[in-house]
Amino acid sequence: MAKVELRSVGKSFGDVPVLAGIDLDIADGEFLTLVGASGCGKSTLLRIIAGLEVQSSGSVLIDGAPVDHLRPHERRVAMVFQSYALYPHMRVFGNIALPLVMSRLGLFDRLPLLRALSLRRRRVMPEIAREVHAVAAQLQIDALLERRPSQLSGGQRQRVALGRAMVRQPAAFLMDEPLSNLDAKLRVHMRTELADLHARLGATFIYVTHDQIEAMTMSNRVAMMDNGAILQLGRPGDLYARPASVKVAQFIGTPAINLLPARVSAQHSVELFGAELPIRVPRPVGAALTLGIRPEAITPAQLGAPAAGRHVLVGRLHRSENLGAEYIVHVDLAQPASGVVICKIAADPESLVDGARDLALVFSPAACHVFDAEGHRIADAEVPNIASGVGAVSMSAVHP
Amino acid sequence: MTAAAAVATSATLPPRNRQQLIERLAGCGFAFPAFALLLLIDIIPLAVLLYLSFTDYQLGALDTHFLGLDNFAKALADPVFRRSITNTFVYVAIVLPLAVGLGLLIAVLLHGRKRTRSFYEVVYFLPVTSTLIAMATVWQFLLHPSLGPINGMLRTVGVHEIAFLSEPAYVLPTLAAIGIWHLVGFNMVLFLAGLSAIPRDLYEAAEIDGCRGGIDRFLTITWPLLGPTTMFVIVTTSITAFKVFDTVAVMTRGGPMGSSEVLLYAIYLEGYQYFHMGYAAALTLVFLVFVLLFSILQTFVLDRRVHY
Amino acid sequence: MATSLPLPGQAHRVRPVTPASALARRMLTLLIVHGVLIAGAMFILLPFVWMVVTSIKSPPEIFAVDFSLWPKHFNGVENYGNALSKVPLLRFALNGVIVCGVILVVQVLVAVPCAYALAKLRFPGRTTMFALVLLGLCIPIQVPALPLYMGLARLGLLNTYFAIMMPFFLSVFAIFLFRQFFRSYPDEIIHAARLDGMSEFEIVWRIVVPSAWPAIAAFSVFSLVAHWNDLYWPLIVISDTHLATPPLGMMFFADAESGSNYGALTAAATVLTAPLVIAFLIARRRFIQGITMTGIK
Repeated sequence: MAKVELRSVGKSFGDVPVLAGIDLDIADGEFLTLVGASGCGKSTLLRIIAGLEVQSSGSVLIDGAPVDHLRPHERRVAMVFQSYALYPHMRVFGNIALPLVMSRLGLFDRLPLLRALSLRRRRVMPEIAREVHAVAAQLQIDALLERRPSQLSGGQRQRVALGRAMVRQPAAFLMDEPLSNLDAKLRVHMRTELADLHARLGATFIYVTHDQIEAMTMSNRVAMMDNGAILQLGRPGDLYARPASVKVAQFIGTPAINLLPARVSAQHSVELFGAELPIRVPRPVGAALTLGIRPEAITPAQLGAPAAGRHVLVGRLHRSENLGAEYIVHVDLAQPASGVVICKIAADPESLVDGARDLALVFSPAACHVFDAEGHRIADAEVPNIASGVGAVSMSAVHP
Repeated sequence: MTAAAAVATSATLPPRNRQQLIERLAGCGFAFPAFALLLLIDIIPLAVLLYLSFTDYQLGALDTHFLGLDNFAKALADPVFRRSITNTFVYVAIVLPLAVGLGLLIAVLLHGRKRTRSFYEVVYFLPVTSTLIAMATVWQFLLHPSLGPINGMLRTVGVHEIAFLSEPAYVLPTLAAIGIWHLVGFNMVLFLAGLSAIPRDLYEAAEIDGCRGGIDRFLTITWPLLGPTTMFVIVTTSITAFKVFDTVAVMTRGGPMGSSEVLLYAIYLEGYQYFHMGYAAALTLVFLVFVLLFSILQTFVLDRRVHY
Repeated sequence: MATSLPLPGQAHRVRPVTPASALARRMLTLLIVHGVLIAGAMFILLPFVWMVVTSIKSPPEIFAVDFSLWPKHFNGVENYGNALSKVPLLRFALNGVIVCGVILVVQVLVAVPCAYALAKLRFPGRTTMFALVLLGLCIPIQVPALPLYMGLARLGLLNTYFAIMMPFFLSVFAIFLFRQFFRSYPDEIIHAARLDGMSEFEIVWRIVVPSAWPAIAAFSVFSLVAHWNDLYWPLIVISDTHLATPPLGMMFFADAESGSNYGALTAAATVLTAPLVIAFLIARRRFIQGITMTGIK
């Protein structure tokens, strides 16, 4: 169990830059997820940590010591591949035992015919067998030890791959989209299992995925990557509540966040479709802004209903999707005919959205996220606390 | 059912049955030419061979006698025939391990190269496309005791010159060397294809698990996963080697003193030079049995062990 | 500062890899690898080089005791002229083209419908036919050669183009290969074609065959190479030099020239080997694909 540190790690393939100086500290025992769309460089970064790729610049440290010139198996990391990479010609036992065999027996002890003569092998194999059985029992695959990988289901193969990683007692577990090849139900189940495994082992997990749900549910911290750089690093809740940029806000959360064009008004507030929102923005007047409102923060209501302290947009019902526990409502904005806003509400007892055509969309200014023209979060936006008159309430206080 | 009704129903056969009928007709029609040729080229000749092998027919002979299994008995006792079998097996025994082993070695060495791979592939594959007879003539010159450069080089090193093709002890190994020269590129290509089929992340997983060098990687991943390819290469190489004829016919004619007379060449002599059709037919059947044994070996014995 | 981190129970300490030692090891490996490859390449190329070089040397140089690689006197024209006149070399090449071309065309014409029928159509005798095809795969040409020779002799058809080509009109290997290919062709497309009113014949040639083009091309390569270089059967049925295929022609020439005019001999060898080698150099991918196809049996 170890901490992993990345110092200005960069990588280019020829002229094509793939990673731009990444700095990242992963604590001992942490579950850190690298998440992002395809091509953002997360897998490359993982492979650099493993030693399968050599970085163009920068350094990787494990437990404080640079490992840049160590081969993968010397770094004491274990990797679970997307395709599991199980050795098809060995049984499950052989697959899990291989790392131990490689490290404890010399070449002579492993040669096909000569190894019968090896004394060391005779002494070491029972130890190895014990360890393999122990790991298999932990993962509940001890009944499968004599099978070949081709005879296993997807979930079972995954566990064998995990077993092969665990048996090495590595400094860190590296996982490259291990759940992508499983069907949806199995994926949900394995998410729990992996999280439990992490809790049990207390080991450092570095996990790569493009699925934000996996990132949110399993990790201690999430690093969202885009175009070879880390956009935001923080706990899952932080990325949800305080996205550092439009890209992060869009990536985290389903359905995706609503983004509306706005401006800085003459009073340094947010001007949305001609109306002023009580959000103070210390930026030049007339500067372009993007206002982000999550679907779960918008409530559709009857037109004309009172909405004290909240802002209202008007629109016409486009479509509503009934998911059972909740509704996802698509509303065409009336003015100035600028797109569809998506809201998510709990099951609606008043059949509001079944029948009603013109709706009012109610939201609290405090629930808004303000981004500047480049897409960066404006952190010093404030919502003055009108009701209590005690002064401004900073946006960050609203999102704990 | 009246005749009219029967005609009426068949004219209006439901589409499904018509379709089936068309399929059957088309199938038979399509397969017929091939079937006819099969009959003509393989089946009937096999039957004729069988019949001939029990007779003492000679081309142009007036009468033929039925001999039963005498031809086969004669073959087993015939020192010439036994020598041809031995020669053929010695040839195969030399060619097989070297052609397969070298093909594998070259393929493994080439597999990792990026820039030079095309060049070496072309070079090693050239003998496969070349006309063996023509090249055999060149080899004859190369191996010539006094004129050939190989003996020339031996002389410069101080070794006595070797009569590669006229010394009974050296003839088969020399022919085998030429056979290997001819086959290596072919096996190399097959092994390269087999190597490319091994997924890359298996090697990466192995590297993380502790496979240190080339030898480890080869023993742990490459060799086991090349199983089907290796098996195929072994069988084709042994069958091809068993059918050796061209080099013998052009370079040695079975000499010196029959030390390079291989099975096919013996059959050729019996059938087309001496015209002992009955005897040659019996020998051909023996040849066929050996080839079938090699093929069956592939299909049943090795096939099971090797697929995952 | 590079350290090594031993695994529990590790058999040996691993030496840390410094950049310098890693580079040295890489260089050494490269040296050995290329050394072996080049040594092998020299062995492979030796006859080719020698063949071409000798074909342009003059007789005194060829017979000189101390040999040199490059000829001092260029005698190429005479050697080649000699070869071309003594024996109809170009005729041999032409025969090769005719024979291989016709064989290939007939093979494809016969094999494609049969393979399609075996793969996609249900008809009586289908299993038997396939069993026969498998059997045919195990029977090399040298087996039916004897009876076929006798039959052709009886019919007075020896020493004809037909005699050389006839046993090869059927290629069970082609049937097997194409059948594998056709089996994986989607049934739905064929159903759609039938619904559109296409006859089975049209379906085969206008829909399925174009998609099987890679397999057909690869097989063509295999067939052309095999039959251009075939000696056994032409040797049996042909005694007339005007009908000889390249290998047989070479043999005739070698017989005629036994032992003396190496210049002309190697010139002839060059001329007869050149077509395939040049074709190979041009269509490398197809060649290698064709050969690899035999591995996908």
